[in-house]
Amino acid sequence: MAVLLNKNTRLIVQGLTGREGTFHAKQAAAYGTKVVGGVTPGKGGTTHEGWPVFNSVHDAVRETGANATVIFVPPPFAADAVMEATDAEIPLAVCITEGIPVNDMMRTFTFMKGKKTRLVGPNCPGVITAGQAKAGIIPGHILREGRVGIVSKSGTLTYEAIHQLSRVGLGQTTCIGIGGDPLIGTTHIDALDLFNKDPDTDAVIMIGEIGGTAEQEAAVWIKQHFKKPVVGFIAGQTAPPGRRMGHAGAIIAGGQGTAAEKMDALTKAGVHVVKSPADMGAKMREIL
Amino acid sequence: MLARFGVPVPRGEVTFTAHDAAAIAERLGTSVVVVKAQIHAGGRGKGGGVKLAKSPDEAERLAKQMIGMTLVTHQTGPEGRKVGRVLIEEGLQIERELYLSMLLDRAAGRPVIIASAAGGMDIEEVAASHPEQILREHVDPATGVVPFQARKLAFAMGLDAGAAGKMVKLLDAIYKAFIETDASLIEINPLILTKAGDLIALDAKVTLDDNALYRHPDIREFRDLSEEDPLEVEASKFSLNYIRLDGNIGCMVNGAGLAMATMDIIKLAGGEPANFLDVGGGANAEQIKNAFRILMADKNVKAVFINIFGGILRCDVLAAGVIAAVKELGVPVPIVIRMEGTNVEEGKRMLKESGLNFTTADSMNDGASAAVALAGSAAGASLGEARVK
Repeated sequence: MAVLLNKNTRLIVQGLTGREGTFHAKQAAAYGTKVVGGVTPGKGGTTHEGWPVFNSVHDAVRETGANATVIFVPPPFAADAVMEATDAEIPLAVCITEGIPVNDMMRTFTFMKGKKTRLVGPNCPGVITAGQAKAGIIPGHILREGRVGIVSKSGTLTYEAIHQLSRVGLGQTTCIGIGGDPLIGTTHIDALDLFNKDPDTDAVIMIGEIGGTAEQEAAVWIKQHFKKPVVGFIAGQTAPPGRRMGHAGAIIAGGQGTAAEKMDALTKAGVHVVKSPADMGAKMREIL
Repeated sequence: MLARFGVPVPRGEVTFTAHDAAAIAERLGTSVVVVKAQIHAGGRGKGGGVKLAKSPDEAERLAKQMIGMTLVTHQTGPEGRKVGRVLIEEGLQIERELYLSMLLDRAAGRPVIIASAAGGMDIEEVAASHPEQILREHVDPATGVVPFQARKLAFAMGLDAGAAGKMVKLLDAIYKAFIETDASLIEINPLILTKAGDLIALDAKVTLDDNALYRHPDIREFRDLSEEDPLEVEASKFSLNYIRLDGNIGCMVNGAGLAMATMDIIKLAGGEPANFLDVGGGANAEQIKNAFRILMADKNVKAVFINIFGGILRCDVLAAGVIAAVKELGVPVPIVIRMEGTNVEEGKRMLKESGLNFTTADSMNDGASAAVALAGSAAGASLGEARVK
């Protein structure tokens, strides 16, 4: 069953005709995803690489029955794209774009409040369900089907976790890259909630990083609600305070958001926290 | 910048020379002037970067002391920041010092106003020792700051009705500045209540959202490159995400999370990372070469650890870039390469057949350990050399 994406997902690509959009639409289709079209305002009515292109998300949903969208739109226009997808009531929007101004996302989340669309990202590698479908840039060939879910703020660190699991003979259900921005749609808690209810997922690897308090909030939630084993890793144990470590949200501000406080909170919640990023797979093997 | 949006600020001028400081003090004409070191960090008052002068001569003397000094505050880190210029400001009759800031509350997804009657102090310390003195008020992006919210904060800080009215105008101006400049933090500390009953921002720190700089060309000009590490400035020209650190193992990684994790694993293996470096997902051979040049410009680097998980960035492209860079730049320190992912076999074959002396590793762990060992022996060797000389 997995979560968010499966064989029946009908995916459109916002920004299909751009370089990134084209490349990753092909990759998604090659992985087995039902890519049903794309949106590029002004190019409606044309086709691109065999897919129909629409002027709006509304048109695309009406014509193709799409129930998920992946957004490869440049930063100045990405918030607009997310709001358009929300207005079209598409259940899942995955926004890959990095570099969206935080004020734009603040307005976007105000707009999305009480509406039907779930946003994953922005500034994330997307979502992939092993052997079924993907929306984003996670390379499909490193996955194998199995029973471990992954939720992560980081892209390549997610690939690392997948690879380590595969090396110890464990496969994955769904991997969710939630993104490294200060404001994101689907949080660690939201993703864990999905995995909690998914009968196919037996355990979860949760990857966080310095900045903000999302991991601490997740720790409290895990202790109260989460019924499956969790292996946790927090990146940035050696990061200097006050510096933004690549991701817009990865900053220790005023002594808050350190890896140590996050690791401590997760450990207290019963999460198997590993100090070394090389130990995620082995730790999961040990507890399953 | 804040004055443009209607935030009341003291009159004053910035100068690079102590000589001009006296002239500015003369022009301001108040009995007392304030000399302030201009660096990009808070906590200056406690670090000795803010001083009072009772005459133009004294202003010149204080400016002379400050220009060129290294100021250490809790926000600069232990190495401190060198002071290049000072601000000479009119002296004001202060009735009370308050604290006021607006920042993005990540958990709430909206801006929050933080206010405290304990102005002029380190707000982080106040929050830790007297949390009850910290007032918070969230702003709904749909309405902006509503007047009652400003009055509520003002009365809670013990201001009278007149000052509360001024707080309404002030917060309106701050919110306007916050939204229109794409700030992630506007901190006014201290905000002073003058004896005449005015609220004036005596000192302010503004943090802007890097992602939004593209739509603020006017603000981009405020950037003072002399305040930044020259290697970091150089790296930013090539869209490389580079942060210089104190260790001796240069790191080259794709992805911010993996780059942080690579620093962590070097530390766990007993070494110290020399930097954070994310070459990005779409790095090409040219980008790899630029990254090498930046790493090698840091003379502390005794070994390089390349840790790449190829997704979009294929391992064969990475290998070609590394080989070309080493052939062209002649990297003089040991290089450990760990790569995994797309086209990894091809990449490994290319490294092997290049005839260059790379150390390859199959896991992050092995790679980090090898780099630490090589950096250790390289450091030992150069010490030995120095002794022989």
